[in-house]
Amino acid sequence: MQQAATLPLGAPMDAKPHRTASPGRFGDTVFSAACHAAGGFVLLLLGGIIVELFIGGLPAFRAFGLPFIWSTEWDPVTEVFGAGVSIYGTIVTAVLAILLAVPVAFGVAFYLTELSPPWLRRPVGTAVELLAAVPSIIYGMWGFFLIAPIMGQYVQPAVIDTIGELPLIGELFQGPPFGTGIFTAALILAIMILPFIAATMRDVFEQVPPVFKESAYGLGCTTWEVMRGVVLPYTRISVVGGIMLGLGRALGETMAVTFVIGNANRISTSLFGPGNTIASVVALEFGESEMGSLKLSALLALGFILFVLSFIVLAASRFLLRSRLKA
Amino acid sequence: MNRRTLLAASGLALASPLLSRNVLAQQAQITGAGASFPNPVYQKWAEAARSAAGIALNYQSVGSGAGINQIRNRTVDFGASDAPLTAQQLTEANLLQFPSVMGSVVPIVNIPGVEADKLKLTGELVADIYLGKITKWNDAKLVELNRGLTLPNLAIAPAYRADGSGTTFVWVSYLSAVSPEWKEKVGIGTSVRFPAGTGARGNEGVAGTVKNIRGAIGYVENAYATTNKLVTTQLRNKAGQFVAPTQAAFVAAASSANWNVPGMAANLIDQQGETSWPIVSPTFILLPKNPTDATRSLNVMKFFDWAFKNGTQMAQELEYIPLPNTVHDMIRAAWKAEVKANGQPVWTL
Repeated sequence: MQQAATLPLGAPMDAKPHRTASPGRFGDTVFSAACHAAGGFVLLLLGGIIVELFIGGLPAFRAFGLPFIWSTEWDPVTEVFGAGVSIYGTIVTAVLAILLAVPVAFGVAFYLTELSPPWLRRPVGTAVELLAAVPSIIYGMWGFFLIAPIMGQYVQPAVIDTIGELPLIGELFQGPPFGTGIFTAALILAIMILPFIAATMRDVFEQVPPVFKESAYGLGCTTWEVMRGVVLPYTRISVVGGIMLGLGRALGETMAVTFVIGNANRISTSLFGPGNTIASVVALEFGESEMGSLKLSALLALGFILFVLSFIVLAASRFLLRSRLKA
Repeated sequence: MNRRTLLAASGLALASPLLSRNVLAQQAQITGAGASFPNPVYQKWAEAARSAAGIALNYQSVGSGAGINQIRNRTVDFGASDAPLTAQQLTEANLLQFPSVMGSVVPIVNIPGVEADKLKLTGELVADIYLGKITKWNDAKLVELNRGLTLPNLAIAPAYRADGSGTTFVWVSYLSAVSPEWKEKVGIGTSVRFPAGTGARGNEGVAGTVKNIRGAIGYVENAYATTNKLVTTQLRNKAGQFVAPTQAAFVAAASSANWNVPGMAANLIDQQGETSWPIVSPTFILLPKNPTDATRSLNVMKFFDWAFKNGTQMAQELEYIPLPNTVHDMIRAAWKAEVKANGQPVWTL
C-alpha cells in the first residue's frame, strides 16, 4: 500500500493519468448506467408482472365484478368462476401454518441463543438453514406418501372421535379422515417455513446487546425471565417481521400444498376437509385452459390477487423491520 | 504419452456430439404438444420411428388445453387433445382432427378384503358415489349388487384428478351418459366441479390417494392400473352385463363405433354389446389444414402413417386399443382431401 501510494508521485504525470483517467471515467459511466438499468429493470419487471396479470385477469373481473373475490363457485363446465374458496384456503393454511410454526421456531431460536452448549450451536444452526434449502416438491412427496397416511390412519380418527365430539369446537374436527386436507397442508407448510422464522429469530436474538442481558442476570433473573423481559421486548418488531416473511412464503407455496390439500373447491367447516389455495388451483388448471378462455382469465385474476396478498404481507414485514432499524 | 492420449480422447469427446448431431440432422424433426392420456404410446412410437422411419418426434405432454393453444398459434406441428373439438372450433382454427388411438378408464378401489375385479358397480351407483349421495360401502344398493362379498361399514372417499385432464373428461363423459343427475349438476369437461371427495394430481396422485385411504374409490387410465396392479372393479354395461376391464372388453366396445361423424369424433362411451367395457375413448390429433411448412406437415402424416402400420403391437403392449384399419384408411383419405399447401394436397400417397 505504501509503495502504491508513493509511486505515482515519482512517475511522469502525463503517462499514467491519460491511460487510466479516460477509460476510468468511461468505465464509471458504463458501470453507473448498468447499475441504474439493473435497478430500474427490477421495478419494470415488478410493474410489468402486475400490469400483465391484471390485464390478463380483466375479462374475469369484468364478467364477475367484485363478487369474484368472495364467490365460492368454480365450475369450468358452465364457466362460472369465483376466488372465494381459494382465497379462504390460502389464508387459512398460511395462518394455521404460522400458528404451528412460530412456537417451535421460537423454541429453536431460544435454545440456540441461550440454552445450547456453544459447540452445538453451529451444527444445529446449520441444520435449520439446510431445512430451508429442501425443495418444496420433496416436502410435497414426503407429505403425501408419509404424513398423509399417518394423519389419515392414526391422528385424524383419534381427534375426530375425541375433540370432534365436543360442541362448537368439534365442528372444526369432523368428517371422514382423508389424511389430506387443510390441516395436513398447514402442517407441511409449517415445517417449510419453520427454518425461515427460526433463523430470523436467532439472528435478532443475538443482536441484543449483552450488557442488557447481563444486567438482568445481575438482578437475579432466570433465563426465561431474561428472554421474556429483555430479549423479546427488545426484538419484538423484528420477530414479527420474520414471521411475516414466513407468512409470505406460506401464501405462495404451490407444489407441496398441491400434494396434500385435497384440491376440492369447497369450504368445509372441518379443518380435516379438503380445500385448495390460489397457487394450487393455478398450477393444476393452467395446462387445461385454452387461450382467450374465461378460465385462463380467471386463473390470471387469481394470480393477481395472490400477488396483491403477498405484496401486502411483504410490505408489512418491511415496514415493521424498518421501524426497528430506525429505533 | 499420457497427456497425448488424454488430449486425443478429449478431442474425440468434443467431436462426438458433432457427429451425432450430423446423424440427427438427417432425420426429419417434428414437434407436437398436448394430451397426456396418450403420452406413453406417443413416446414409444417416437422412439421406434426415429430409426425406422427417420422421423424424430418431440412430443410434449402439456395437457390438451395447452396443446390446443399451441396448435392454434402454430408453434408446434400438431396438437393433441383428448376432448374432440367441435366442427365449429375446427373451422375457426382451420384444423383437421383425426383419432390416433383409443384408451380406456377404469375405477380403482381400496376396500379391505375386496380383490381386483370382484366388486360389481353400475354407472348410476358410481355417479351417486361421486355426487356424495352414497357415502358408505355397506349401503343397501351396493350390498344388493355384491351378494358374494362382505362390504364393511366404511366411509367412501371418492378421489378425482385435481389437474385438468383427458382422463377426467372420459370419466365424466361416462357418468353424464349414465346419470341424468350428473349431467345436469356437474356436466362434462377436462376439469369439473366435483361435489364430493378429494382431488390429487395426475394418475399417480389418484392411485396414491386410493392406496392410502381405506374406503377410497378413484379412476385412472387402464395402462396405469395394469402396470401398478391396482384393484379395479367390474362395471355394468349398456347390455346389462357385468364386465371386467380386459383388452377384449375394450376392443368389443371400440368395434361398434361410428367414425363417420364431423371431426371423426366417434363416441365410444357406454356402447352396445354384451362384452363391451363402457368407458373407452379415442384421443385426437389436430393438424393445420393450411400448413406453413408443407414438409413438416407431411412428416407428421408420415409419422402417424408409420405408427398406424407398425405401431399397433406397441399400443397394445401399453394397454391402448389400436384403431381398426378401416379408420386408418379414412384418416389417410381425409389427409389427402383436406390438408393443402398452395392448393395442392400435401399427402399424395
